[in-house]
Amino acid sequence: MFAIDWGHAAPTMLAGFLASLVEFIEALTVVLAVGAVRGWKGALGGTGLALLVLLVIVVVLGPALTRIPLDVVQLGVGTLLLLFGMRWLRKAILRAAGVLALHDEDALFEKEVATLKGFARVTQGWDRVAVATSFKITMVEGIEVVFIIVAMGAAGGGLLIPASIGALAALLLVVALGLVLHKPVSTIPENTLKFTVGVLLSTFGTFWVGEGAGLEWPGADWSLLGLLAGFLAAAFGAVSMCRARRLAGVA
Amino acid sequence: MEWLKTVGAEFIGLFVDDVGFAVAILVWVLIAALVLPRLGLPDPLPALLLFAGLAGILVESAVRRARKR
Repeated sequence: MFAIDWGHAAPTMLAGFLASLVEFIEALTVVLAVGAVRGWKGALGGTGLALLVLLVIVVVLGPALTRIPLDVVQLGVGTLLLLFGMRWLRKAILRAAGVLALHDEDALFEKEVATLKGFARVTQGWDRVAVATSFKITMVEGIEVVFIIVAMGAAGGGLLIPASIGALAALLLVVALGLVLHKPVSTIPENTLKFTVGVLLSTFGTFWVGEGAGLEWPGADWSLLGLLAGFLAAAFGAVSMCRARRLAGVA
Repeated sequence: MEWLKTVGAEFIGLFVDDVGFAVAILVWVLIAALVLPRLGLPDPLPALLLFAGLAGILVESAVRRARKR
């Protein structure tokens, strides 16, 4: 049996859950549009096929990365996590400050519905437009989830299972929401989620780059809390500064 | 194969949004991995410098983008 280090596993699971939630909600919006306009057989067929491909990537890539020396993985994957997490955080800061527009799931749904209505109806067999559209959106959004799960699983040293559990929980939640609501999930504060995930991924990325480079963190694993607080302070400070810049530009 | 191109572009887009921002992160990580450990600084100063540099890059890049608006 293997022991789970909950000090790392719990935040990894949380990051996997929140990041996956954001991505799956974006995919759900398009899949719902496909199902409503083109029928559920093609929408669910394309989604299921993409989820299968994504699962294969996690199963193949996840364990393969654990064969590489941990410090090399931590430096490499930590750098990628930093690029990914800080990019999310920067965008969330700019959205929170009003510099960039917030993501609008209702508008995306209406746009997809209008596009899908433009294609001829299919009465027999599989609707290729429905399958292709659902497959594409699930792959595009899912590949981000796969990266986060594999990266956090590998760099954390055997945390693939907690990260995958977080993603699976998000998937189940989004599927349940889709079944109940049958419309886009526009009430979830997406930018707050992205802000939180950006802070978490930047924290882990910085920690692992430091570990991979052989730098000593004060308090060892406890420094994760310090990094989290540091990135939160920097992000909130950046929101205030960006808002002030924006207002100064308007005046 | 159009979807494959979209997935590929999306994958690169995962890491690079603003090129200057991505390059600044990479350069600072390289400095932290190759230069800081050789400066003979007392622990935990190199690790704290790694964080401070990244936080500075984040704030500077966001404020620069807000100014451009």
